[in-house]
Amino acid sequence: MKVLVPVKRVLDPYVKVRVKQDKSGVDLSNAKMAMNPFCEIAVEQAVRLKEQGVASEVVVVSAGPQQSQETLRTGLAMGADRGVLIPTDVALEPLAIAKLLKAVVDKEDPGLVLMGKQAVDGDNNQTGQMLAALLGWAQGTFISKVELQDGAAQVTREIDGGLETLQVKLPAVLTVDLRLCEPRYASLPNIMKAKKKPIDTHSPEDLGVDVTPRLQVSRVEEPPARQAGIKVESVQELVKKLHEEAKVI
Amino acid sequence: MDFAPTTEQELVVDSVRKFVEQECYPHEQEVERTETVPAEVGEAIRRKAIENGFYAANMPAELGGGGLDTLTMTMMERELGRTSFALQAFVHRPSNILRACNDEQAERYLHPTIRGERMDCLAMTEPGAGSDLRGMKTTAVRDGGDWVINGTKHFISHADLADYTVLFAATGEEETPRGKRKKITTFLVDHDTPGLEVREGYRSVSHRGYHNCILNFDDCRVPARQVLGEEGAGFDLANTWLSASRLTVGTMCVGRARRAHEMSVEWSASRKQFGQPIGRFQGTGFKLADMATEIEAAEMLCLRAAWLHDQGRMSDQDAAMAKLFASEMLARVTDNAVQIYGGMGLMDELPIERFWRDARLERIWDGTSEIQRHIIARSLLRPHGA
Ligand SMILES: Cc1cc2nc3c(=O)[nH]c(=O)nc-3n(C[C@H](O)[C@H](O)[C@H](O)COP(=O)(O)OP(=O)(O)OC[C@H]3O[C@@H](n4cnc5c(N)ncnc54)[C@H](O)[C@@H]3O)c2cc1C
Repeated sequence: MKVLVPVKRVLDPYVKVRVKQDKSGVDLSNAKMAMNPFCEIAVEQAVRLKEQGVASEVVVVSAGPQQSQETLRTGLAMGADRGVLIPTDVALEPLAIAKLLKAVVDKEDPGLVLMGKQAVDGDNNQTGQMLAALLGWAQGTFISKVELQDGAAQVTREIDGGLETLQVKLPAVLTVDLRLCEPRYASLPNIMKAKKKPIDTHSPEDLGVDVTPRLQVSRVEEPPARQAGIKVESVQELVKKLHEEAKVI
Repeated sequence: MDFAPTTEQELVVDSVRKFVEQECYPHEQEVERTETVPAEVGEAIRRKAIENGFYAANMPAELGGGGLDTLTMTMMERELGRTSFALQAFVHRPSNILRACNDEQAERYLHPTIRGERMDCLAMTEPGAGSDLRGMKTTAVRDGGDWVINGTKHFISHADLADYTVLFAATGEEETPRGKRKKITTFLVDHDTPGLEVREGYRSVSHRGYHNCILNFDDCRVPARQVLGEEGAGFDLANTWLSASRLTVGTMCVGRARRAHEMSVEWSASRKQFGQPIGRFQGTGFKLADMATEIEAAEMLCLRAAWLHDQGRMSDQDAAMAKLFASEMLARVTDNAVQIYGGMGLMDELPIERFWRDARLERIWDGTSEIQRHIIARSLLRPHGA
């Protein structure tokens, strides 16, 4: 079974971000970029499936600026077999990405799409769900555990009340949560091999997808500075404050 | 001229950085306070380094090493330099001098060392011979088919973890146009050879948890097949294979300086006095600016020398300049870091005081600053006949 893993190039989550002076967005000039951490987890899981003999091929796909190729190379260095690059300078919205991914799925015919539950730049948490809907496939979101057997995936989902276990028919779109697995280090031999792995390029036009933005950003602002905390004297006082002031219990 | 690292170089840097942050940073404080690396921590780092191919990254891929060129290796060493010297040592890079092994020696030493089954250390320095290595008093004398070694080496890094030593010893004298000179020969000496005692060395203010040792040779007998390279060619061997080790020191200084600087920037932006972040005071802001500028300069010197090394064109002067400037830069950067942190800079709650202590060593080993200046001056004056 072929596994398709979409990966996104985002601002390195460990660098401090600044809003542009004109409040039109986040300042990305000279900023360090990295693979979205949730995508990394999805790549890791896909590579593990391959190592277990469950997956036959892992294909990473990325839509975005030309440099997304570096993100693909990171995926290849983690053990993916091939890459698909969809270069565009348009600021892609979740629906556009989902449509691009659907076009790639139509071409590649994977048995499973494993992807991050969200990207840490927009934090939209929409693409996976939209893709599943466009494909008419089953979906399992926020998964923290997955087992594949007999044309189905048994997935554990992290939901507000606890953990939910679902049986999902394949092919399916699964979006991964933080606790699914720990991404590996790109090993030196794999980094060297990554150079030779193929990356196909398809433009959005090739794929027949109109990626014109439909949303308009009116303003981007920094979140308000956090207020200093307070110290409580006792557990009783803490519980009282949580109940009466924070109203969380 | 292209200053951009390749995609592979970026991947190596990112991956090694992540490795260092996740596998080494969490143990730093314990290593500092106990002055040892717990055995299981060291072994875990070694195992993971092997699994990920970071171990012996400097060795050729055909031999099972990482096959990195000097430039990429210099970038990797920079990332390793960010963490405690004691911890990063478990991502071992066998001494390049082992490449001089003949086939039979390679089976016994080079290959198992690359696999992580054996570990080398290198012994030149003696209590009476530091900068003046040719003044060494450790001798090896032929006796039948064997060599008999006598003498003392000190300051020998990692000899406690290693199971054999690449030893430099005097094996007679030779006439040269400038008078008599000691002949130096290199030997591979297993630590369990009778007559060799590996003793605990001194406690150092720098690089706690990593140990230097004293090696005592008392009629230590080794067979002729333990000679590495040609008899009497020890320094040629060192010049051929160890010329890039100064770059290792230099680039590790750059890595540590970067970490100290990143922390200093963060602190300067968050620590408030007189109602504003201390970074807004010119006294602090200018320090940050000077630190950043010097770090970039040191890094350029190291990377350029590494690039020249890959082209087979690095001179002693190139390596000396990189090591000299980077190690002295680190001293200034870490001193400024302490100043910027104020009192907290001296407390062992934070790694700043450690960076500052560790920095002191870098101007001494692998050739003191004075020796590096001597090398540079000599190569400037020699063409003028002086
Ligand atoms: C922690 C540590 C680990 C080490 N690990 C190893 C190791 O693994 N293997 C190994 O072989 N060695 C090792 N060394 C030795 C190290 O390389 C030497 O300390 C260094 O070469 C300096 O020698 P020295 O300490 O004897 O100082 P000296 O040579 O005695 O120097 C004392 C002072 O005199 C100055 N000086 C000497 N000659 C000149 C000159 N010609 N011109 C101007 N100034 C001069 C020096 O610059 C210095 O300031 C280690 C040292 C330390 C501290």
